[in-house]
Amino acid sequence: MTLTARLSRAPALLRAEEPRAKADMIAVAAGCVCLALLIVAIFAPLIAPHQPDTIDAAAISQGPSAAHLLGTDSLGRDVLSRALYGARLSLLGPALVTVVSTTLGTAVAITGTWVGGAFDRVTARFMDILFAFPGLLFAVLAVVAFGAGLIAPVIALSVAYTPYIARVIRAAAVHERQLPYLEACQLLGYSSWRTAAYHLLRNVRLLIVAQATLAFGYSLLDLAALSFIGLGVQPPTAEWGLMVSEGDSALLNGYPYESLAAGAAIVITVVAFNVLGERLTARSQARQ
Amino acid sequence: MLSQARRWILAPLVTLLAASFVLFTAVWLQPGNPLTLILGAKASPAQYRYVAHKLGLDRPMPVRYWDWLTGAVRGNFGTSLVYKQSVASLIAPRIVTTLLLVAYASVIILVVGVTLGIIGGMSPRAAPAVAGLNGLGVAIPGFVAAEMLIAVFAVQLGWFPVLGTGQGLAGRLQHLTLPAIALAIASIAYVSQITRAAVSAEAQSPHVETARGRGLSGPRILRRHVLRNAAMPILTVSALTVASLLAGTLVVEYAFGLGGIGSLLDQSVQDKDSNVVLAIGLILVLVFVITTTALDFLQYLMDPRLRLKGAAK
Repeated sequence: MTLTARLSRAPALLRAEEPRAKADMIAVAAGCVCLALLIVAIFAPLIAPHQPDTIDAAAISQGPSAAHLLGTDSLGRDVLSRALYGARLSLLGPALVTVVSTTLGTAVAITGTWVGGAFDRVTARFMDILFAFPGLLFAVLAVVAFGAGLIAPVIALSVAYTPYIARVIRAAAVHERQLPYLEACQLLGYSSWRTAAYHLLRNVRLLIVAQATLAFGYSLLDLAALSFIGLGVQPPTAEWGLMVSEGDSALLNGYPYESLAAGAAIVITVVAFNVLGERLTARSQARQ
Repeated sequence: MLSQARRWILAPLVTLLAASFVLFTAVWLQPGNPLTLILGAKASPAQYRYVAHKLGLDRPMPVRYWDWLTGAVRGNFGTSLVYKQSVASLIAPRIVTTLLLVAYASVIILVVGVTLGIIGGMSPRAAPAVAGLNGLGVAIPGFVAAEMLIAVFAVQLGWFPVLGTGQGLAGRLQHLTLPAIALAIASIAYVSQITRAAVSAEAQSPHVETARGRGLSGPRILRRHVLRNAAMPILTVSALTVASLLAGTLVVEYAFGLGGIGSLLDQSVQDKDSNVVLAIGLILVLVFVITTTALDFLQYLMDPRLRLKGAAK
């Protein structure tokens, strides 16, 4: 939620600090965790020991046991199964935000550097207005306009994240533009479209992937926060932010397992994506 | 002079105006009829038309936007449909709690974040540990931190009260301690990350080498040579972080059941209480725009290089 300028400023200061060999091992480990999470989300029905929405009145708010490894929630539903199934919506939202905002941000940045002039100035002004909204507030406004759920916040966050991504890609594109290979492309008579969309994009692709990875982590935090305060995904859906909130009353009675499981899932996911994103950013900037 | 007025007065005003229009449009698009709250489902269409006319809800959107905007500039945000009292009187007592919470969290963020960052930046041995803590910290959202703090310090140990706002200044601070920590954790990590990077980059620079070679003491090098040059990124990131805390209160106040403007915004969105949503949204955007503008101005004052660049242009 407090992502202000985080996507763009941190990497520049953090670049090239750690030695390469060690950095890659950490990046690989983080990448493996990300991959494992995606696999869990896709194959949740095969992995989960119970159905996520089976209510069991005989097993309400229990601690961990052999039958329920992470205990049960206030309706007797299996917490582990809900956390595994919860990965699906909890990761789908950020994935959508990432794809849309990265595409938009890259398009705006590359077009802006290429076309320049009035187009560049107008988009810059528009981005300034978007910067004035904290991402979470923008998502809340979308909920006001279009109702709670997954779609409205996803669209709002996609728009809110676009300027952050555009700014980083733009800086890289401006730098690339003065390099000889792009001049060579123009001398060879390639069309602007081919030069920008193929040659320039190819050379900043690592940075684009890095920014997308970072955006994934931060949008996950925002979307989970929104469902936590009741403006995102609605019950009885299994979703991590919602689970943290639903586990609240059990937690006050000394059974923190539901909140803890969902909270840990969020933290682990975001750490993995952040670490991967920062390593990739550092690598792409070391290349330049 | 003219370009400076444009940069620090006109540009923020235009941004604010555009942002207020976005705010109003979002609320205007809101599905459902807000009057259902006042009249109930049984009222006749004629009654609906009468009340809508009386409240000015039947006028075109640009007119309503203009009326709202001119009212807001004069501090008149209209009446809450749910509480039936003026929005200003609804927000006034709650904003004290929110500001206290944000101030408390800001102090924690600056003290702990900058200290951790300096330690990590100056001592190569502590650096990996600080970096690891930061990496973990930025990934802990306020609401997860809130639930964990409640589980440990309020339920298990019983050191702090779980809910409510408390009486008197001491009571208030005690009630706000856990929420302030929850609000601060991610930002501490972020401020510490930037501080560490800035300090360590500065500590390796030739002029600090020279200062060491001249035999200056560690604290003196830190104060006069490292921190002076590293101050700009630290200031930038601290200001932006603190500005974004206000939006973070939305989540933390909900988790701790605090009656601030964050939880009021959440409740008003669910109740479709549009005047309250508009007012709080505008406050959040206003604070954000003012902080970023002030920061820009401060950087300009502090760094003569920026001034020279402006003059050359």
